[in-house]
Amino acid sequence: MKYDTIIIGGGISGLVAGITLCSAGQKVGIVSSGQSALHFNSGSMELLGHDSRGNDIDDPCEAIKNLPPSHPYSKIGAATMEAMLADVKDFFARAGIRLCGDEHHNHYRITPMGAFRPAWLSLDGYAMFDRPAHLADGTILIVNIKGFIDFYPEFIRHALESTNYCEIREISHPKIERLRKSASEMRPTNISAVITGDVVKDIAADINMLIEQTGADAVIMPAVVGSLNGHPDAELRQRVNKPLHYAPTMPISVGGMHMQITLRQYFRSIGGDYFLGDTVSSAVIDDNGHVCSIFTDNLGDTPLEADDFILASGSFISHGLLATYEKICEPIFGLDIEAPENRADWCSADIYAAHQYMSAGVATDNMFHPSIQGRPVRNLFAAGSVASGCDPLQEQSGAGVAILTAMFIAREILKSYRHDI
Amino acid sequence: MTYKSDNISPNNFEECIKCTICTAYCPVSAVNPSYPGPKQAGPDGERYRLKKPSFYDEALKYCLNCKRCEVACPSGVRVGDIIQSARIRYAKSKPSLRDRLLADTDFVGTLSSAFAPIVNPTLRTRPVKMLMHSVLGVDSHRQFPAYSRSRFTSWYRRHKQEQEKYPRQVAYFHGCYVEYNNPALGIDFVKIMNALGFGVRLLDKERCCGVAKIANGLIDKARHDAEINIESIRRAGCPVLTTSSTCTLTMREEYPHLLGIDNSDVRESIQLAVRFIFSLVDRGEATLVFRDDIHETIAYHTPCHMSRLGWAIYPVSLLKMAPGLTLRVLPQNCCGIAGTYGFKKENYNVSQQIGQQLFDSIAEFNPDSVATDCETCKWQIEMSTPYKVENPISILARMIDFEKTRLANS
Repeated sequence: MKYDTIIIGGGISGLVAGITLCSAGQKVGIVSSGQSALHFNSGSMELLGHDSRGNDIDDPCEAIKNLPPSHPYSKIGAATMEAMLADVKDFFARAGIRLCGDEHHNHYRITPMGAFRPAWLSLDGYAMFDRPAHLADGTILIVNIKGFIDFYPEFIRHALESTNYCEIREISHPKIERLRKSASEMRPTNISAVITGDVVKDIAADINMLIEQTGADAVIMPAVVGSLNGHPDAELRQRVNKPLHYAPTMPISVGGMHMQITLRQYFRSIGGDYFLGDTVSSAVIDDNGHVCSIFTDNLGDTPLEADDFILASGSFISHGLLATYEKICEPIFGLDIEAPENRADWCSADIYAAHQYMSAGVATDNMFHPSIQGRPVRNLFAAGSVASGCDPLQEQSGAGVAILTAMFIAREILKSYRHDI
Repeated sequence: MTYKSDNISPNNFEECIKCTICTAYCPVSAVNPSYPGPKQAGPDGERYRLKKPSFYDEALKYCLNCKRCEVACPSGVRVGDIIQSARIRYAKSKPSLRDRLLADTDFVGTLSSAFAPIVNPTLRTRPVKMLMHSVLGVDSHRQFPAYSRSRFTSWYRRHKQEQEKYPRQVAYFHGCYVEYNNPALGIDFVKIMNALGFGVRLLDKERCCGVAKIANGLIDKARHDAEINIESIRRAGCPVLTTSSTCTLTMREEYPHLLGIDNSDVRESIQLAVRFIFSLVDRGEATLVFRDDIHETIAYHTPCHMSRLGWAIYPVSLLKMAPGLTLRVLPQNCCGIAGTYGFKKENYNVSQQIGQQLFDSIAEFNPDSVATDCETCKWQIEMSTPYKVENPISILARMIDFEKTRLANS
């Protein structure tokens, strides 16, 4: 099976690259071993949240200029970064995802534990704070779903109480009540599956009654309302009489899962092939160090051939990187890795401190080409968290690195693709 | 010593990271809160069951064995296998007469096709449906697939000699559906293979793949049939092609994982005809010439077991080659029937609720017909929507110019 580009990894990085390439006329295949880490996304994405001393960053575009040359953003270059950043919201809007935010000015998101983190873009409808703890003036009503175990209103109240008086209330509905039969499995996605149609109207009426009782000026509820099939999330916000903001729950994230499904459906609708639940078993590299084809568990002896390959297989959680007793490695191609020599140096004793394994990954040159035993592989690129050079947790940059490296690599591939035609 | 051999059981339940992605994509969890969901039923429950078998939860019977949990799992855990193995090992409820009848496709098929002119109209009458509903527990909404009066193998015997003339040979595992219900599909397959220059043999002995027996707890019978099939496949000594995604998945994956039958020497030779034909064309070893006078719009539905095989690309790529076809791949949703599951009256409503998203997506596209590689998906879609459903092989047979294809490959 012949493609222009094969992408290994179907999360946000792989899909951004795939959609960019497909939109430009390329034939693209994405191989994804199971669902992606996007399912753990909070509904917000970060570009650069903390500087090297751990202080919050206000203008990520400015702060990018101070990063070391080994950082993925530095490899892309500040000018190219700025040009690509200007297109990100439109890119997602074309795929059907509305994001709010500004690359020159971070806002804050709230975590399910009630902490505030700098963010770049948030899904439309999610709680966006202009400074920690400041969402709106007046009384805030926090509404939880009865029996729902993945959202903790007390943490949210605690986080907001310096600024606002908060009231906590619970709502329910016969259709949601049914889910409590399997209490341990009453998860965000199962709840979102029943909040459609008339249930949206009923819940809106209940919330409006609570607003009257409490005199609330704004409402926060867990992000358990979906965005697929007729946008019940937007409908509920429209029906509630005061501004309604969704706050992230513990995973699975409804917003993240719907982003994944929306992007994948869009990729397929513009002609991309998405191989879900398949794992790359081996790769064929010729004498010139070019990747010719890959083989997968499901397709067996059918090779997937392409001119270019993108490795967007994610970090440890997605098995893009493996940590064995002895070393950190990249399992498909055996690419050169940038990581501390000694296993003892991977982690710090303090769990909240930076851990070196977080910035370990595939070593790449300035065009994101990885290498095998020192020899660059010219038709292979490493996008997103599989590559080394940043600590996405400490600096709050995971989504930004995933999206921007993918866009940059896709543009590089298209330069020679157009040239060929 | 590797990390895996140190820490991981054969059914790899330890590799579960408790992310619950499987539950988010489980079609049963979405509509039936009595089902604990694949994470709880699978890797979570396994830890308890290993400790004490009495932790087994009879609600595991609600699992469709659609394997969507396995397709979704980012950690490669065989969630569906863990659940089905637990049912085999621990379930106390014995299969009822109804379950035995639904499971024994060979026995029922043999009888029914012998008396097809009587059986087909009788099964459609209201009194018989009500009787089956109340006495057996087979839901009265269900339409039984019509039994064919003549079997596929009877047709084949009349054409056996001409098949032997071809220098290149493949074997065909026709399955119960082609044998008893739809011999025309088997005939389409033989015609296509002949046009590509291949003769078709049958296996020495073919039994039902066993999927219905496994689902209904008749494990010893399933294993007995599976051993006969694998032995026949071994003797065939050539590619063994199929036209049903479920038979294929069962023989390739369920035999070793659920029945403990080692098929490693022949697993790769068992494949869907669409994969074999696509590979021939892809490697330039065969040419398909299509008619230019047919124009149709087709929606392709990916059966759950086709998703698990990861093979939807093959029928889709083949159908896309036909210039007269406008093809759309529907969003992947379970049709809800899951073989014999949807025939049981206690499952009927859940089954239809699960399928609703698929039925809606077909209606929205409004194709001339639907293509799918699974016979039970076909029954479910034809019962629940006004659309006709065909196997991609039968659609190909309509689109191919046989004369020109034969010339191009001779």
